[in-house]
Amino acid sequence: MSGLWHGKILMLMVVLTVSRHSLAFQARNANPSNQPGTNASTGNGTENTITTLPIVTWKWHHTEGPYLVALWVLVSWICKLVFQLNPALTNVFPESGLLICIGWVLGGIIYGADKVQTFRLQPFTFFYYLLPPIVLDAGYSMPNKQFMGNLGAILVHAVIGTVWNAASLGLGLWGCWLGGAMGHLNTGLLQLLLFGSLIAAVDPVAVIAVFEEVHVNEVLYIIVFGESLLNDGVTVVLFNVFDAFVSLGGPAINAVEIIKGIISFFVVAFGGSLVGIAFGILISLLTRLTKKTPTIEPGFIFVFGYLSYLTAEFLSLSAILSCTFCGVFCQKYVNTNMSEKSVNTVRTTMKVFANGSETVIFVFLGISAIDPSIWVWNTGFILLTLLFIFVFRFMGVFVLTWILNQYRLVPLGLIEQLVMGYGGLRGAVAYGLVFLLDENKYKEKNLMISTTLLVVYFTVMLQGITMKPLVNWLKVKRATTDEAMLAEKIMNRTFDHMLVAIEDISGQIGHNYLWDKWHNFEEKWLFRILMNPTARKSRDYIFNIFHQLNLKDAMSYVQEGERRGSLAFVRNDSKADVDFNKQFDTDFTDMPDIMGPDHIPVPFVLRDSVPSVSLNMHEQDQKMRESEDFNAHHLLQQHLYKGRKQRHTYSRKQPVVNRDEDEVQEIFQRTMRSRLESFKSAKMGVAQPKKITKHSKKDQTEKMSNGKPADDSKIHSYGDEDFEFSEGDSAGDAAGGSFPMAAYKGGAGIVNPAYMAEMDSNEPMPPMPQIPPWLAEAGEDSSNVAPSQRAQLRLPWTPTNLRRLAPLRLSTHSNDSFLLADSPATQEGTEPQPPLPLQDGRGRGTHM
Amino acid sequence: MSSRTNRWRKTVSLEQINNLNKRFRQLSSNKETLSREDLASIPDLDNNPIRLQIINAFFDKRNLSQSEVGIVQEIGFEEFLMVLTHFQPAAMDITEDNREKLRRTKLRFLFNMHDTDGNGIITLEEYRQAVEELLSKAGTIAPETVKAIADAAMLDVASTTRGKMEPDEFYEGITFEHFLQILKTLDIETTMHVRFLNLDTANMRCGK
Repeated sequence: MSGLWHGKILMLMVVLTVSRHSLAFQARNANPSNQPGTNASTGNGTENTITTLPIVTWKWHHTEGPYLVALWVLVSWICKLVFQLNPALTNVFPESGLLICIGWVLGGIIYGADKVQTFRLQPFTFFYYLLPPIVLDAGYSMPNKQFMGNLGAILVHAVIGTVWNAASLGLGLWGCWLGGAMGHLNTGLLQLLLFGSLIAAVDPVAVIAVFEEVHVNEVLYIIVFGESLLNDGVTVVLFNVFDAFVSLGGPAINAVEIIKGIISFFVVAFGGSLVGIAFGILISLLTRLTKKTPTIEPGFIFVFGYLSYLTAEFLSLSAILSCTFCGVFCQKYVNTNMSEKSVNTVRTTMKVFANGSETVIFVFLGISAIDPSIWVWNTGFILLTLLFIFVFRFMGVFVLTWILNQYRLVPLGLIEQLVMGYGGLRGAVAYGLVFLLDENKYKEKNLMISTTLLVVYFTVMLQGITMKPLVNWLKVKRATTDEAMLAEKIMNRTFDHMLVAIEDISGQIGHNYLWDKWHNFEEKWLFRILMNPTARKSRDYIFNIFHQLNLKDAMSYVQEGERRGSLAFVRNDSKADVDFNKQFDTDFTDMPDIMGPDHIPVPFVLRDSVPSVSLNMHEQDQKMRESEDFNAHHLLQQHLYKGRKQRHTYSRKQPVVNRDEDEVQEIFQRTMRSRLESFKSAKMGVAQPKKITKHSKKDQTEKMSNGKPADDSKIHSYGDEDFEFSEGDSAGDAAGGSFPMAAYKGGAGIVNPAYMAEMDSNEPMPPMPQIPPWLAEAGEDSSNVAPSQRAQLRLPWTPTNLRRLAPLRLSTHSNDSFLLADSPATQEGTEPQPPLPLQDGRGRGTHM
Repeated sequence: MSSRTNRWRKTVSLEQINNLNKRFRQLSSNKETLSREDLASIPDLDNNPIRLQIINAFFDKRNLSQSEVGIVQEIGFEEFLMVLTHFQPAAMDITEDNREKLRRTKLRFLFNMHDTDGNGIITLEEYRQAVEELLSKAGTIAPETVKAIADAAMLDVASTTRGKMEPDEFYEGITFEHFLQILKTLDIETTMHVRFLNLDTANMRCGK
């Protein structure tokens, strides 16, 4: 453990040294490199005076800016990585706090090297590069229903709560200032109100960072999180208004100005939201057309999201609101319009950006503190600010929630209110705003900066660290983390409709009613306009879940197969065959006679024609094992999807792995079919399960004793059209000596044996290889008929399948249904057969 | 009968009852009893995919009293209220015991909606029927797919509730216990409620 630690620290030190060198370099050249012009001229100068061809030139100035950015991002991420590797650390401290600490250390190193703080978080960088990704991600992954459902509470807290925080802090500080608690400060009521307004807003970055780790219940989370996003409108307005008031000076402020301020609030907030929605519509419309350019499809989301932010910014509207609503509005339409791959890309990329920005922000918040030039200490001012922020936040939350509870059907309890109050974290937005202040107007700017930094540290570090214990201690209801099942989702849907219906019947116009009406409107108009007509079909939420579930099944199937060496199914099959053959050794001589020469490519899995194929496979066991590897490759080659060949082509326009989708699609279809089939049979089987089983068995034995092939089709009447086959199939296989492998590659209707044949996964898979009998060397006729045998064993459509409904998905919780589907059939099919001393599945295993 | 009314009265203001009574009269066109057709003629319900199930729930004896099973043809105002009591919000200071009881009552209502024959088990057939109704309205999902979804969901239920099953075991359907189990994450006691007009929350809370 300590070794691990040392390694990590060493790594960190290396990174630090690297960055330090670059920093030191940057500091030395700070003055000349300020203007790009000088940079260029020095570059030219060296070029002009060269006397010989330089093999390598030192071009630091050209790369300095981007290089430092990249290095900073790298350093921040490595810090984050180090924390993530130490769960013991992150369990106690929130990541944001740790990142700030790292920032202090880095800042200390830089300061030690340069004797001046070269780096700090610039408001411009923060507001234009670091904040937008976080906000866009927040909006885009917003749980819309909860957000809209709690919009009232969120707005009350975001608007009234923030105004209250700002006003109470400003006035409180002003009162204390008048009372002389802060000594000599060159300030005034308006400046203090401005300070209050910039520090009043709960910060989305800090809230996301802290609450993401705590997992409180959805309602609580959405209220705090929503408030932190939506209060930006208020913050921007208050900041601008008070900044203007300070410039105007106290006497110039009259009722008209104040009314203007109030109007500007509505314009800023609603204007910002509308800009966001407008961009959301644009994105949705555009993604209707991007089907053919999947590589730039995800890019549109980012560009438009960013544009919505910038547009609102240059119109002096609330940029955060704009970006949030852009994401909230477009997510549904965009996600249906775009291909699944693009959706995943967008999601992942957004998380990368947002997480990256967040990390950088916190590190820089730490670094910025190590700069003596900004620190001004005023005990009264700083402590009073901290106290007021804390106290007034709680007061605001309690009063507002009390009012809200008069109207809420499910009131927010005291515990929730405490967490809401405690979750009032301040962060980088306040810091960015305070840096924007004009030093000439605000004589105490540095004091404000120091106070803001302290407030940020206090809330993010102290409250952040104590948040988790507090939530535990108060037993706040947590979010359910386990993935909801399909049945649950269906029930939720039923549930929603039920509530609407009850509102309709009782004649109320309630929340559900309005939500339903909005849905109808959306379905009627918005979907038509904003959604791709083909995408609309697969839009349904439950279908999507089902689809995802199937994909997961397919994926896990493939993974499981590959984990076991891709051939688990083959082994299992031959295992079954071997045993079976033993029993029917005697019949084997009869077989060749009945084999016809016709080859009908059919998935032999589906055949019930077993009796015809009783052969003594047993003798060949040894040989099979030897050639297993060869067969493995052969089999894989035959069965794997042909699309893989095209992987190595490169194209900038098309994602190279396009074929993958077909593969997934194919697997999906198989899964669907096998599910359907197993249920179809189940359904039929309900009435007469035993009877049919017995029938088939009787059939088998009968035929076997005759040495005549069974009439396959009789037995499984439930197979659907895709699986039609004729008696001749098995015969053909056997006689030819070369099994028609083409069958597996064939049309969609054919079930790949690789996918059907997976056997009992309860049994440990012994690494004992055996050839699939049908792949055994040509010439050994006997081996060729094996497939049918296996098919018989598996009896995929016997009614007994119904009983297997449950075990199907047991092993990996909903993943493996069709993996396991067949094994019990095998066992059942063989066990109750009195005349023939068949072994059960376990016994069979030993035969290998 | 009167005790039931009292129970309701305890938790719902008189004003609400009046409102609901007005609504009842309106639906039944001023008759004493309400029939299936009255409910079916509510225009807002037309678009609701589970319309029939909801209407049935009003005439289901199981929702009216604990012991009986079956269907009534017409309901009076008392019964109407009885059904609607399932949609009351939980009181704020509810005890854990009562909360659990409330949860069971509410889930029972939902369960009864699916268990159409009233034998205490939602069979695959019943479940399929329900899912079909739920999903087919939109017209975007093919009937075959709907069936597959219902089947997959049923599998889900079977595997989570039964645990490991023997190969020859047969999952006959969702019992109420299983139902509770699969919906344990659904916060039904705080979500299954409807705001009745002029809801007097203060009164409601005192009632408990």
